[in-house]
Amino acid sequence: MSLSLDDVKRVANLARIEIGEDEARTALTQLSGIFGLIEQMQAVDTSAIKPMSHAQDVTQRLRDDVVTESDQRELFQSVAPQVEAGLYLVPKVIE
Amino acid sequence: MLNSSLKQLSALLAAKKISSVELTREFLGRIKTLNPGHNAFVTVDENRSLAQAQAADAMIASGQARPLTGIPIAQKDIFCAKGWLTTCGSKMLSNFVSPYDAGVIERFNVAGAVNLGKTNMDEFAMGSSNETSFYGPVKNPWDTAAVPGGSSGGSACAVAARMAPAATGTDTGGSIRQPAALCGISGIKPTYGLVSRYGMIAFASSLDQAGPMAKSAEDLALMLNVMTGFDARDSTSLQREPEDYLRDLEKPLAGLRIGLPREYFSKGLSIDAARAVEAAIAEYRKLGAETVEVSLPNTKLSIPVYYVLAPAEASSNLSRFDGVRYGYRAPEYSDLNDMYRKSRALGFGAEVKRRILIGTYVLSHGYYDAYYIQAQKLRRLIAQDFAEAFKQCDIIMGPTSPTVAFNLGEKSSDPVQMYLSDIYTIAVNLAGLPGMSIPCGFGEKNRPVGLHIVGNYFSESQMLNVAHRYQQVTDWHVRVPENLKAGL
Repeated sequence: MSLSLDDVKRVANLARIEIGEDEARTALTQLSGIFGLIEQMQAVDTSAIKPMSHAQDVTQRLRDDVVTESDQRELFQSVAPQVEAGLYLVPKVIE
Repeated sequence: MLNSSLKQLSALLAAKKISSVELTREFLGRIKTLNPGHNAFVTVDENRSLAQAQAADAMIASGQARPLTGIPIAQKDIFCAKGWLTTCGSKMLSNFVSPYDAGVIERFNVAGAVNLGKTNMDEFAMGSSNETSFYGPVKNPWDTAAVPGGSSGGSACAVAARMAPAATGTDTGGSIRQPAALCGISGIKPTYGLVSRYGMIAFASSLDQAGPMAKSAEDLALMLNVMTGFDARDSTSLQREPEDYLRDLEKPLAGLRIGLPREYFSKGLSIDAARAVEAAIAEYRKLGAETVEVSLPNTKLSIPVYYVLAPAEASSNLSRFDGVRYGYRAPEYSDLNDMYRKSRALGFGAEVKRRILIGTYVLSHGYYDAYYIQAQKLRRLIAQDFAEAFKQCDIIMGPTSPTVAFNLGEKSSDPVQMYLSDIYTIAVNLAGLPGMSIPCGFGEKNRPVGLHIVGNYFSESQMLNVAHRYQQVTDWHVRVPENLKAGL
């Protein structure tokens, strides 16, 4: 598999990271090196193996459907970039 | 006093020979002197630390002291601590004062320990040299031309330079063990699930695990007694009976079967590191242990598997940093999408962006099976290798890192070379096993070498025993760099 400059730009867009032309070229070289390493995985036949997503074989715990959080809006919004009247401000989404 | 063990400090406090305020001032003074040259701490807040020390002194005076009450502990800047700047080594969080405490921080608070400050680290714990920190690299106390290792490089440096008696770290692919090895201190990553991940800024959630870094195995045991325990707010926290990790420290090692994986002693291991590790194993034979050769045939695959799974999880975890509710927001942007794209472009450093791109790619349509699922299948093979090996031995030993600390700047431009330096530690995270590093000598340029000890699930107590007995007959763990002895 070889990665193209367009792949890098497409993935950067998916990840919502602005990337310039020069930066994309550097990223292409470095990511190609890393994918060279990753390709070693393809040499192993794993058709009979079950994927392992987790180190411990445990099931998701459930809890009662009760309120556990108190209202700390002011505290939490004290670290926000921009708030007004208890709301987080972002640029207009709908024209 | 600055060079005392946690047990000694605890005894001094209990006997009222010193107060927590005095002790905390001693360490703050040492930090003031040494931190400018080492960059181990990114945040020191004397007032907050001293207020905690005063509270600890009150606890001691009222007879409510616990083993770590009044002892200052350095906290890796990945743990949210209420009222403290919590940056995770990133510009993205350079303005983030945490509104809450992580589970680990809460446990130290309940124990009456003092938060001595927040330690430097690779950005979002992504790195093996501490060079990806937004706050600049940490220097290795043994040789300031060398890296301290990473990502918990600030914590390792703080303990090695005796700026803190002990510290916390986190380990996703070796981030406690490798810096411990490179700085000549002890560190343990417990079994996945033993220490709460609540409030510990997430990198790769199925691999991240916090643990202590300290001078000795005995100190690690005291720290683990505080750090471990169930936390309902962490969905993978394990519900188990509490353990006293001090209980087995003194057990004799006669009959202990040490497995030596042949893949850990082959090509790639430097001669000086090999020599120190082999000498340590010879010491274990003298203590009555037997050695048996074992095999972990899929060791080599652990790096490619890790560099699929960890970036995949990271790309998902780090999508929360969007410049809306907290963290960095770009100064100029045209619309919402542009705000996301610019905030993330300016807020994240190069290595973090690289890993987000890898993760996004391997999870994207058409590549998911070939990369992510294939990596999860190989993860099972890697875990099975350990299960097979533990049929023949009680504990596994080898080098923590293939070389002693490399020079600052030596590998920072070549990510692949940097990734390969974690060859011995990564598989342990993939399997979820406990792993540990203790100092076992010095190699080239008089830089420290670490002995890697890997145990079976929940065998921390035995691992600490194995490390403690070694530290009773050797003195590597009490060595301090010559130029830092003044004032100790």
